[in-house]
Amino acid sequence: MAVQLDARPPVAPAPRTARPSRRHRLSRFDTKYSPYLYVAPFFLLFGVFGLYPLIYTFWVSLHDWDLLGTNPAFIGFDNYTALMGDPDFWHAVVNTLGIFVISTVPQLLLALWLANLLNRQLRARTTWRMAVLIPNVTSTAAVAIVFAVLFGREFGMINWLLDHVGIDAINWKANRFASWVAISTMVDWRWTGYNALIFLAAMQAIPRDLYESASIDGANRSRQFWSITVPLLKPTIVFAVIISTIGGLQLFTEPRLFNSGTNAIRGGPLRESQTVTMYMFENAFAPNYNFGYGSAVAWLLFALIAVVAAVNVLLLRRLGGGAGKEDT
Amino acid sequence: MSRIWSAGRLTYLALAITALMSIFPIYWMFVVASRTSDAMGQVPPPVTPGGNLGANIARLFENTDAYFLTGLINSAIVATSVTVSVVFFSTLAGFAFAKLRFRGRNALLLVIVATMMVPTQLGVIPLYMLMTKLNWNDRLPAVIVPALVTGFGVFMMRQYAGQAVSTELIEAARMDGCNSARIYWNVVLPALRPAAAVLGLLTFMTTWNDFLWPYAVLNDPENPTVQLSLRALSDGYYQDMSQVFTGTAIATLPLLLVFIVFGRQIIGGIMEGAVKA
Repeated sequence: MAVQLDARPPVAPAPRTARPSRRHRLSRFDTKYSPYLYVAPFFLLFGVFGLYPLIYTFWVSLHDWDLLGTNPAFIGFDNYTALMGDPDFWHAVVNTLGIFVISTVPQLLLALWLANLLNRQLRARTTWRMAVLIPNVTSTAAVAIVFAVLFGREFGMINWLLDHVGIDAINWKANRFASWVAISTMVDWRWTGYNALIFLAAMQAIPRDLYESASIDGANRSRQFWSITVPLLKPTIVFAVIISTIGGLQLFTEPRLFNSGTNAIRGGPLRESQTVTMYMFENAFAPNYNFGYGSAVAWLLFALIAVVAAVNVLLLRRLGGGAGKEDT
Repeated sequence: MSRIWSAGRLTYLALAITALMSIFPIYWMFVVASRTSDAMGQVPPPVTPGGNLGANIARLFENTDAYFLTGLINSAIVATSVTVSVVFFSTLAGFAFAKLRFRGRNALLLVIVATMMVPTQLGVIPLYMLMTKLNWNDRLPAVIVPALVTGFGVFMMRQYAGQAVSTELIEAARMDGCNSARIYWNVVLPALRPAAAVLGLLTFMTTWNDFLWPYAVLNDPENPTVQLSLRALSDGYYQDMSQVFTGTAIATLPLLLVFIVFGRQIIGGIMEGAVKA
């Protein structure tokens, strides 16, 4: 197209051709460079406020860097060595992994089950979907505060219900494992419905004749679920597991607001429910203001996320057996 | 076939229990918000609304720890600016990635997808230092500017533009002498409107709910977002639970209204995104 225009014989007087050719040059400039202009804002802003801080975190972690940051001393990997022998850090790592495991496993199983229910011919389909998604749109901070009250020791509704089935009042905040369960409940309340809708979308993409021929072969509903639905859903499950890993290991708002008062950032007086991100905050900001040490925590958490995500993906691959190649 | 896909009574029962568990904490939040502070100690716990909502709201807005009204206004400003910006930049970049040809397009798109997997939250410490340099600490630009673009938004708009914007229409507009900016405004943006609306809703809700970064950078108790007002209420030395719950209820209300009105579109957006991801 452009070549034809160029090849046009110059029959018209000079001022007349000048206009189209200028316009033509402009339009060539437009098609060549404007795409870069349109994608540039993302890369500029993400570079400055997303990628640069993340990488610079590593540089800061190699320094003895306080709030004022005047002449921070380069100390190599001292912060990391100190962290390796820091029992509070490892305590937070165990808390984070504990909460992650007891929230994610039931969450994804429940989501699969719920998606399977929603994948039937239902009356008021949209209403049911909205009902399971509504926890996901509420304010995380608000919900954390509400759940902290529901899990209260003396007047909490959960303990009141447990009392009816003969279980003694549980001190959800002071008992380390109980606090994990309470926080996991919040996380699952928020994310199960969301994941169910993701799984539901993938289920609806499975051709129905697969189920028809299976039922002709005599496979009942649960058999069909485990040998057709779940294997075909594997890419989506892998995706959900990766997203849950990235989010779950950085958990902050729920445990932070589950606790209140002076020890809140420590997750309670004995750090019962302090996650790694909370530990990073405690060190980098109030009360410690040690940017270098906090940054080292951030990078180790980054490494932990990468390792756990990789292990999860490998595990899922194993579990699926020889299902063959998939695109995730 | 209908036998396989039909829903029996057990299905409805299970769904009803799930729905009840989803809605109850939200409902109960409004119950406590409408009662006096001694509702907390009652056995059995109250499950019906009371008549004290007005008084609780009045006390909440007078509370000098929470700066709740400032928090609401700040959150509205932040969430609106971020939403407008994310929708604008995402549709623009999504259009370029889906419909324009340029060198490095696929590589750049891959970078955008990769950014969705990067835990940027771990960069808060240098980000805080950067804000100190810019003198934005304790001020709203600190929470607005870093959120102006998202990789998720660009990717979502790119996926949608690929199918919703007709290439012929773009070619025709180009023949008529439209430059790409006019094509974006007159052809692409109208075609992207449904998906852009969903992106806008999701962005507004996420931004309204954001806690971690505002908590790090907005340390002036007199200039919070609404989520930070909630933190101040909940960490308060003297806790009046009906007042705290009034705060959580008001902070949740805008999201619930958005969800009730646009729930169908939001669900559609989430589910379509899942199939393409």
